[in-house]
Amino acid sequence: MSKAILYDSTLCIGCRACESACADRWGLPYDDKIAAEEKISAHKLTTIETHGDHFVRRLCMNCVKPACASVCPVGALQKTALGPVTYDADKCMGCRYCMQACPFQVPTYEWSSRLPRMRKCNECYERQSQGKLTACAEACPTGATKCGDRDELIGEAQRRIAEKPGQYYGQVYGLKEVGGTSVLYLSAVPFEQIGLRTGVPSEPLPDYTWRVLELLPDVVSTGAVLLGGIWWVTNRREEVAKAEGRSPRRSGRPPSKNGQGGHAVVPEKLEGRK
Amino acid sequence: MTLGTGTPAAKRWPRITVWRAIFAAILLSGAYATYLRIFYGLGGSTNLSDKFPWGLWIAFDVMCGVALAAGGFTLVAIVHIFGIEKYRPVLRPCILTAFLGYVLVVVGLLFDLGRPDRLWHPLVMWNPHSVMFEVAWCVTLYSTVLFLEFVPVVCERFGWAKPAEWIHRISVPLMILGILLSTLHQSSLGSLFLIVPAKLYPLWYSPVLPLLFFVSAIAVGLAMTIFESWHSSRAFGRALELPLLASLGRVLAVTMSVYLWIRFLDLLQRGVLPLVARNRMETWLFALEIGLALVPTVLLYQRSVRMRPGALYACAVMVVFSVIANRLNVGTTGLEAGSGTHYTPKWSEIAITLSIVAAGFAIFRMVAGYFPIFEAQAHGNEHAVAEVSPQKKEVDPVAVG
Repeated sequence: MSKAILYDSTLCIGCRACESACADRWGLPYDDKIAAEEKISAHKLTTIETHGDHFVRRLCMNCVKPACASVCPVGALQKTALGPVTYDADKCMGCRYCMQACPFQVPTYEWSSRLPRMRKCNECYERQSQGKLTACAEACPTGATKCGDRDELIGEAQRRIAEKPGQYYGQVYGLKEVGGTSVLYLSAVPFEQIGLRTGVPSEPLPDYTWRVLELLPDVVSTGAVLLGGIWWVTNRREEVAKAEGRSPRRSGRPPSKNGQGGHAVVPEKLEGRK
Repeated sequence: MTLGTGTPAAKRWPRITVWRAIFAAILLSGAYATYLRIFYGLGGSTNLSDKFPWGLWIAFDVMCGVALAAGGFTLVAIVHIFGIEKYRPVLRPCILTAFLGYVLVVVGLLFDLGRPDRLWHPLVMWNPHSVMFEVAWCVTLYSTVLFLEFVPVVCERFGWAKPAEWIHRISVPLMILGILLSTLHQSSLGSLFLIVPAKLYPLWYSPVLPLLFFVSAIAVGLAMTIFESWHSSRAFGRALELPLLASLGRVLAVTMSVYLWIRFLDLLQRGVLPLVARNRMETWLFALEIGLALVPTVLLYQRSVRMRPGALYACAVMVVFSVIANRLNVGTTGLEAGSGTHYTPKWSEIAITLSIVAAGFAIFRMVAGYFPIFEAQAHGNEHAVAEVSPQKKEVDPVAVG
């Protein structure tokens, strides 16, 4: 049973209690100036964006099949069974492929640090594994951010839409986007109007890469046999030619004019057989 | 051991030439940029941002660096596996370029990685699902292979028989391993971008990116071979192996045709050709890239063009720039719209990139002077070398321009 967050934009009053609770939980500074920054960054892992009359919260989507975890060369990012995607800063070498791969542009970087880390929300993995709510869900005064079991939250989201069809844009964001996310959105207006990315594929992104990567063993084994075979034929032809006293290799160089042609480059097979 | 066979007398004196001044200026700015990178982090030395995490250092220093090093595996395959002996004279320069190229790629990575001290992490912390993991292993292993492929040259220079013999014993598996690793590595740089279907502009995003990267790498490897031979013939006062390079030019034309044909079929298949009618930055960059590929391809089919050193060289340069444009488009410009931001490299990013390129030319020049790289001058150029090396090199116009 994986955990998720349901964010209902129609219930959000933009009080930013979630921002403040999140900062507390990470030990990050939080003041009016930071509150006014409406974008996530290495010192602000969640934010409330204002889109006209609507608020929308941004945080790591903790995807069901996360691109970031699949691309991390050192496995610093992991999709946990509980749901959150966690990050181990001690492994990270700073290639920033996770940032490039994330379809929601969530991971942020400590650009000005000499020993930088990637930062992102991990859906309060420690708290949730102790059975507690995420800090943001606990702090939310209106229930706009709710945390719980993903399947149950999907059921609840669909129930809300069914109960008040006039109040909601009739879809749940995060159900099928990149194969599903652990943050689900409800909104009064189409999602692109509140700044959510609607152009993302519904297929999990790691599959795009895996289709090619899984061919790797075949490419290597076929290639090795093929190259070895071609070399063997070339070499054999040369040996036969030599044995029959013809000049080796059809396009061969004329026998060394300068008297040193023989030992050029990687030592020749030809010479080794003498 | 005659003294006169080397460089013309004029080149022996450390005169202050325009190119040398530019070379020094590049290295000085690179040194200052390095200081910024070390003490002020990526934020103080680059224009990268959360929305645009990869810039010039990845797209040029790494992606172009690896592509330009492709001559190494291409020529090893042609000469050693397919046994086409006539190309042997250009084999060593190619292996040297590839080796230097990979070393410089690692240098570029050291600048770009947030934690360069953890460069070794992928070797012990595995994630086989990551293309970057594959890239890391390929860089490590192939650099080792290239080093071993270069060892015979060193042995020959110093007359070491034993190590040469050891390498000789494993040379065939070594070469096959090198070709396989290159194939994987060249294509995997394309695979890196398979994960960004919603970000990379459709003129570049393609499920066959790995194939396109591989084929274009072979092409640019051949082009670089012609490019180097031309420059080294000038620098070392050698005769140009024109018939040989001309026939490489023909292979290049065929490879480029295959590349362009795959590219065309891919665009057609994905139905994105109408995009070229849009007046956008991407369209013009795409046109530049394709133009630089198409023109030399058509020209190189003409025998008269191939047999003229200047024209052959110009075609090779166009191919090199086309592939550089392609890598930059895939790695930076093609991602701007999808990332919702603009990226212009900071001066320090450019300074370090130019420094790496300049260092590449300088080291190549030094190594080629000291070791038997070009057959015609092998043995008997020690004296000439001794006098060339202190002044290092003349930066070639193309290196900086």
